[in-house]
Amino acid sequence: MTRYRVFAFVALIVGFLLTYFVWATQANPESAYQFKLGLDLAGGTELVYKADMSQTPAAEQSDALAALQGVIERRVNLFGVAEPLVQTERASALSGITEDRLIVDLPGVTDIKAAVAALGQTPILEFKLATTTNMGTTTATTYIATGLTGRYLSSAALQFGTGATAGLAAPTVVLNFNSDGAALFEKITAANVGHVLAIFLDGQPISTPVIQQAIPGGQASITGNFTATQARDLVRNLNFGALPVPITLENSSAVGPTLGAAAISAGVFAGIVGFIIVALFMISWYRLPGFVAAVALVEYLAFMLSVIKVIPVTLTASGIAGLIISVGMAVDANVLIFERTKEELREGKGAREAVHIGFSRAWPAIRDGHLTMIISGIILYWLGTSIVQGFALVFVLGVLASFISAVSLSRIFLLAIVPEHKEGIWKFLMGSGGHNA
Amino acid sequence: MYIIRHRPLFFWITGLLLAGALGAILVWGLPLGIDFTGGSLMQVQYASNVPPLATIEKQVSVVPLGVVSVRTAGTGQISIRSRTMTPGEHSAVLAAISQNASTTELAYTSVGPALGSQFTNKALWAIFAVMLVIVLYIAFAFRKVSRPVPSWGYGLTVVAMLLIDIIVPTGFFAAYCHFTGAEVDSLFVVALLALLGYCVNDVIVIFDRVREHLAKNEKTGLKESFEDTIGKSINETMRRSINTALTVALALLALIYLGAPATQNFALVMLVGVVAGTFSSICRSAPLLIPIAKWFAKK
Repeated sequence: MTRYRVFAFVALIVGFLLTYFVWATQANPESAYQFKLGLDLAGGTELVYKADMSQTPAAEQSDALAALQGVIERRVNLFGVAEPLVQTERASALSGITEDRLIVDLPGVTDIKAAVAALGQTPILEFKLATTTNMGTTTATTYIATGLTGRYLSSAALQFGTGATAGLAAPTVVLNFNSDGAALFEKITAANVGHVLAIFLDGQPISTPVIQQAIPGGQASITGNFTATQARDLVRNLNFGALPVPITLENSSAVGPTLGAAAISAGVFAGIVGFIIVALFMISWYRLPGFVAAVALVEYLAFMLSVIKVIPVTLTASGIAGLIISVGMAVDANVLIFERTKEELREGKGAREAVHIGFSRAWPAIRDGHLTMIISGIILYWLGTSIVQGFALVFVLGVLASFISAVSLSRIFLLAIVPEHKEGIWKFLMGSGGHNA
Repeated sequence: MYIIRHRPLFFWITGLLLAGALGAILVWGLPLGIDFTGGSLMQVQYASNVPPLATIEKQVSVVPLGVVSVRTAGTGQISIRSRTMTPGEHSAVLAAISQNASTTELAYTSVGPALGSQFTNKALWAIFAVMLVIVLYIAFAFRKVSRPVPSWGYGLTVVAMLLIDIIVPTGFFAAYCHFTGAEVDSLFVVALLALLGYCVNDVIVIFDRVREHLAKNEKTGLKESFEDTIGKSINETMRRSINTALTVALALLALIYLGAPATQNFALVMLVGVVAGTFSSICRSAPLLIPIAKWFAKK
């Protein structure tokens, strides 16, 4: 018993510290461990783009996707949003057709049009070789992608050189490639001297120079028909990054800050009231064990919330649903144990012995129930879309925690208090419903 | 023993519930929200009185969107549904309804048609995969009890139960949508998934008791009819099934009455599912093993 009392004392201290951690990190707005709220709760905009990889060789797709993410991240930072999140997603699990997506979360932004416009200014830069075919009297020009795109660009600069218009300095955009891009550029120009290497911006040829000789050093210049302002904008946009692949907007959603805040306060209030009702029910029906279970549940919740804060798990409405269900499972594990204990008490066993046997009898059902739920949760996380994953992640964590807390916490607490025999007040305390033990 | 003796009655109740639920789904259908079909949904709050819906529809019609549905949603709020809007169309609609009134957009969601159908596929696959794994796990966990029902029989029974446990709340929601104009959204799918987890656990607890009694009888050499074993198991676990359902139902009621509007439908579906699921685990899951056992005895 002394051993269990030491354990119980330690568990109480840990529980207290965890509760304090959850409370203190929430009370301090500067804390790094504030709850991370999903856009549905915090308010903000989510944009889902589809990346068109049809022109990109399979081997380079993941690189291109990473480059795309980098470019959009720079763009988003330019937009001035606190804690933006840019993610990429490869969806291929079931349909067999891979689809690459780019998910942009902008907390606090509710003007979708402005957000889309700010991201949409990112130019797509491509270099294509022109081949001319004679078709009777007319000639048709087709452009073939060279693989040299904006992702190989390291910087762009504006220069004024002497151009076609006499007396006026023609604005020239100078492109500097990175080392890979420079090598590729040199290779392409060396192999195609005399051909036209067209420079495409957002799908339009803006400059069609003829290759005079192989160009080493990784520098190209565009002298198109643009004004100084257009050239300056182009340079700025290119410097923030050119898109390696074209993207199209598939989904967009925005949640206003009032709706999100109302959802949180209502959710927290409902959670607290729900928890108090459940605790009161447990205590009135199961008496002492019910009280112990309520304490164990508080610890369980403090632990879960700490884990959610530390990992951190982004909380969404579906994640909170997962949390509620896992609390239900944690309650159930306790109910199972107490019902078994009650049966043993009815057969005339001593209080402590009944608790011991009750736990071991309830164990197979708890194990099988929890394991099937954990396996189901993992499958859901693996197969599901983001909203299902939000549920599955919290659910799996919660069921795991319930697994541990039900068989350790309630047990340690009960064994730390319950005496060997049921006498006097213990007959009442260990009873349940309308019966004493 | 009551439940076992009146087994046919409970099978009939099940049949009626199932028929009612399927009827509701077939007759009224499940109105799929934009998460499944693609489209745009705007939620707008009016500062003062909401103009008549016809007026709003007329204001919106300047933007060529095709069929647009405008509904009231809560006090001073409306929702506008249409095909997937472009960002430009979205701000045009906002501007159109804000001509003579001060409005704030509470939420806006736009789902491309392709993503919508993908979500449906993924959700169905996920439910199917979860069920398959449950059969396998239960067949494994009950491998030591092979008489009078083989261990995979327990797994199949659980899955049959789960199908009913999912169909009943779905049928309820079809009726609910029909009368309130609610729509099936992705949280509904989450509710079904959560119910799967809850009901599996519920049935396993009862089957675990059957397993325990069968093992004990074998050890002590006690001859007991399978029906008696099952009746005993149900009686012994009933208190626990009801108490657990009660606590979960209490938490869900708190969520329905006090929680955020976004999770109210979720909690309602869960509540119906938990009540129906508890009834089904107590009155149907284990009794269903008896006809299966008889069938195997004949073979």
